[in-house]
Amino acid sequence: MLLSTLVYGFVNSIILALVALGFNLTFGISGIANFAYGALYILAGFVAWILFNSLGLPYMLAVIFSVLLTAIFGALMYRFVLQRIKGMVLSEVIATFGIGLAILELLKYLGFIGFEYNLPVFVDFSIDIGQVTIDMQRIFIVIIGIGLTGFLWFFTHHTRTGLRFRGIAQDERTALSLGINSDRVAALSVSFGAAYAAIAAIVILPLGTITVEHGYDVLINALAVCIVGGLGSTGGVVMASFLIGYAETFTATYLGSHWVMLVPLAAILGILIIKPSGIYGKQKELEERI
Amino acid sequence: MKRRKERIDRGIKVRSEDIFALCSWREMLYLASPRLLPIVGLIVLSFVLSIYWQKVLLSVSVFALLAISWDILAQSGMISLGQALFFGMGAYLAGIMNHTWGLSPFITIPIATIVGGVFCTLLLLPVLRLRGIYFAMVTLILPLMLVRIVEATKIFGGTEGLSGLSTLPSKWVEIYMIIFALLAALFGSRRLMGSDFGLVLKGISDNDRSVMNAGINIYWFKAQALFIAGSVGAFAGAYMTHVYMFVGMPVFALDYSILPIAAAVVGGTGTLAGPMLGAFILVPLSEILRGLGGLRIVFYGLFLVVFTVALPEGIFHYIRRKYHQFERWVEVEA
Repeated sequence: MLLSTLVYGFVNSIILALVALGFNLTFGISGIANFAYGALYILAGFVAWILFNSLGLPYMLAVIFSVLLTAIFGALMYRFVLQRIKGMVLSEVIATFGIGLAILELLKYLGFIGFEYNLPVFVDFSIDIGQVTIDMQRIFIVIIGIGLTGFLWFFTHHTRTGLRFRGIAQDERTALSLGINSDRVAALSVSFGAAYAAIAAIVILPLGTITVEHGYDVLINALAVCIVGGLGSTGGVVMASFLIGYAETFTATYLGSHWVMLVPLAAILGILIIKPSGIYGKQKELEERI
Repeated sequence: MKRRKERIDRGIKVRSEDIFALCSWREMLYLASPRLLPIVGLIVLSFVLSIYWQKVLLSVSVFALLAISWDILAQSGMISLGQALFFGMGAYLAGIMNHTWGLSPFITIPIATIVGGVFCTLLLLPVLRLRGIYFAMVTLILPLMLVRIVEATKIFGGTEGLSGLSTLPSKWVEIYMIIFALLAALFGSRRLMGSDFGLVLKGISDNDRSVMNAGINIYWFKAQALFIAGSVGAFAGAYMTHVYMFVGMPVFALDYSILPIAAAVVGGTGTLAGPMLGAFILVPLSEILRGLGGLRIVFYGLFLVVFTVALPEGIFHYIRRKYHQFERWVEVEA
C-alpha cells in the first residue's frame, strides 16, 4: 500500500513537472503568463487523435506533427496577438485566457466529448516493482519527464539560443543592446512552451480519455507548481512538483479523490504564507510578485 | 506629405467646466445628459420591454454589477479572473439563509451582501500581497475549488443545490431593486474612485511601492477595495438566487467570471461606466445568439482577444473622446 503510493506519487510528480515545464519556460523568459496553456495541451491531444484516427497517419508521425503544429500555433499566437500588447500584463492575461477559452469551448462545441477520444499507449505491458504493478506508459512518462527536464537545462545553459533566452530573461534592455532580437526570442519561448505542452499531452493523455474540462485542471496544476516552485527556475518546478505530486497522491489514498483538487490551492496558500517568492525564488522574483 | 490627427477639446466642454456652465441650458444639458442617460434609459426600458426582455434586462443588470465590481478591483491593481467567487458567495449565503431559517429576501439580500463581501475579503486576504497575474491566478482557482468542495462534501445540497427558495413580491420590485442597485453602484463607485480614497487605490495600481513610501498601508486599502467589490458581486448573486428561486453549483460557473471581464474589456476598463455599457452590449447579444449554444463562449473568448488587441481602449473611451473633442487632420512638416 505504502510502496504503491510512493511509486504512483513519483509518477504523479513527474506528470506535474511535465505539465508545468512549458508554462514555466514561457513565463520565465518572456514574462508572458500563457493562460491558453491548458487549451494548447488539450488541442495537441486532439490534433494527434485526428491525425492518427481520421487521417490514418502512423502514430509516431501524428505525434511529431501534433507537436510541430502546436509549436507553430504558439509562435503565431505571439506574433499576431501577444506582440501587440507586450508589457501590458492585464491585456496579456485577458488575451491568452480568451484564446484558451475559445479553443476549449470550440472543441466542446464541435463534439469532442466521449470515451472514444483517447490516444494509444506506446507499448502495452506492465512490470512489477516489488509488489507494485506499473504499466509501461507510466515508465515512459518518468523517462520522458526526466529527459525533457535535462534537455531544458542543457538547452538553456549550453546552446546559443538557450543563452539568448536567459539573456532576455535576466535583462531585456542589455540583451537588446547585444543584438538579441527580443521579439524573436519571446516568440520562440511561447512556441517552446507550446511544444512542451504538446509533448506532455502526448505522453500523459494515453492514461485516460481526452476531455475538454481537463484543460482547466492542467492550467491550474501548472500555475500551482510555478507559484510554489518560484519563477523561471527549473529546479523549483521539479521540487514543487514532487511536493504537490506526493501531497496529491497521499490525499487521494488516505482522504479520497474528491479532495485532490484542493491540494494545489492549499499548496499555493501555504507557500504564500511561508515564503511568498516560492521555494527557489530569488530577490528579483520577490520584487515582481509582491 | 505626412498627416496626423489633431484632437482639440470642444468649446462647449471648456465652457462647461466651471461655474459658467450654469449660464446656459445648452451647457447644462451637455453636462447632465451623459449622467441622465443611464437613469432615464433604464427606467424607460423597464416600461417598454416585453416580459421576456425584462428578464434579459435583469440578467444584463446583474452582469453589469459584476463588471463594475471587476473594474473597481482592476482600478486598484487587482486583476480578477474569478468574479464567480463573489457572485457564488452571495448566492449561496442568501440561499442558505432562506432555506434554513426561512428568512425573507429583504433580510437575506442585505445580509448576504455584507457578509459575502466580508467572506470574500477574508478568503483573499492571504493573497493580497500578490500582484498582477499571481493574484489573477488565485482568483481563477478559488471558484473552481469551491465547486469541488461543495461537490465533495455534499454540503448545501451538493450537486442538486437548494431549490424552492422564496421569490421577490412582484416583478416590479425585482426590476426596480436591481435598477436602483445598478445605478447606485455605478454613480457611487464613480464618485468613490474620484475621491482621495480612490486616488490611493489608483496609486496602488500604478506604483504600489510609491504609495507604501508615502506611509500608506496598501494592504488595508486593498482589503477595503476588495470588500466593496465583493459586496457588489455578492449582492448580484443574492439577488439572482431569489429571482431564480434556486442556488447550486452553476453559480460558480465560468460564465460569471468571463462575461464581466469581456464586458469590461469591450466597454473600456477604468471608467466603471464602460464595463456597464459592455454588459449592455454583450448580454443582449448573447441572448440573440442563444441558438448557437456553446459557441457563445467561443465568441466571448474571441471578443476578448480582438478587443484587447484592436481596440484596447474600449467603446466607452471612444465615445467619450468623440463627445468631448473634435478631430481634424493636420499636415506635418517632414
